[in-house]
Amino acid sequence: MWSFFHKLGSPPWLYGIAGTIVRWLLPITIMALLAGAAWGLLFTSPDFRQGNSYRIIYIHVPSAVVALAGYYVMAIAGAVSLIWRMKMADVAMKAAAPIGAALTFIALFTGALWGKPTWGTWWEWDARITSMLILLFLYVGVVALYEAFDNKVAAGRACAILSLVGMVNIPIIYKSVDWWYSLHQPASIKFSGESAIDSSMLYPLLLMIGAFYALFTCCLLMNMRAELLQRESRTAWVRKLVEQDGAH
Amino acid sequence: MYFDSVQSALSMDGHGSFVWVAYLVTLLIISAILLLPTLRRRRLLHRVATELARQESGHANREGPR
Repeated sequence: MWSFFHKLGSPPWLYGIAGTIVRWLLPITIMALLAGAAWGLLFTSPDFRQGNSYRIIYIHVPSAVVALAGYYVMAIAGAVSLIWRMKMADVAMKAAAPIGAALTFIALFTGALWGKPTWGTWWEWDARITSMLILLFLYVGVVALYEAFDNKVAAGRACAILSLVGMVNIPIIYKSVDWWYSLHQPASIKFSGESAIDSSMLYPLLLMIGAFYALFTCCLLMNMRAELLQRESRTAWVRKLVEQDGAH
Repeated sequence: MYFDSVQSALSMDGHGSFVWVAYLVTLLIISAILLLPTLRRRRLLHRVATELARQESGHANREGPR
């Protein structure tokens, strides 16, 4: 167990294992995304009230779910780097922020496109949508704050604090549809009890949620690999890597 | 397959433009977040390789006059 943590702190080990995971996981992820999108777009029946516009659910819900999960990854990595000064946690925190921003943007953008034919409006300043917009600002804020510092140790600390303070937004997003009167519907999928969604729509949705989690994992590891190379570019292991492989 | 023609799959009873634009933009963003770290990593590896090559030629030159 402790040797595992010890290895986690070793950049060459992490670089190698992340590369191996991505090589296996990325093709599976892309296939699952394509299969899930085709299933949701072409092979399911339309919703009896919303018609075909509901097909946006297969990207809207997974991107929103994983955008929230990604925030935990970023904030926990930030806490670990803040408390234990673990450099690899700082790398993970920095790697998670742009992916989270991209996923939150997808959730908001597809939500607007779904809202127009369903609610008659692109945007509504209601609790769920506004709190998701704040999530986007938090992710973009972490990316921008990191770039704003020349001293990257201070940058990491400031970003970790920002992501931890931003954690208050997460329960607000989850509970926003229950606490306030909202245009946005409450959750349809529940861990316990009957889900308010037919199984013919649930299975492709679950496939897409799994695929988006895998996508987040792949992107996180790829960003971490690039970040590790940049930070360690003057070390012996990177030189050895370049000498072995050439520049590819 | 739910739709019986390409035309009906594209129009989706009037919702097609919303649905297809949502999927298209998502595809673009996902492609970007997958490609950008790969390009960045290749650029960094390339930079280290040029740096190493320059150092090696530098050593060779210095050895000459000595």
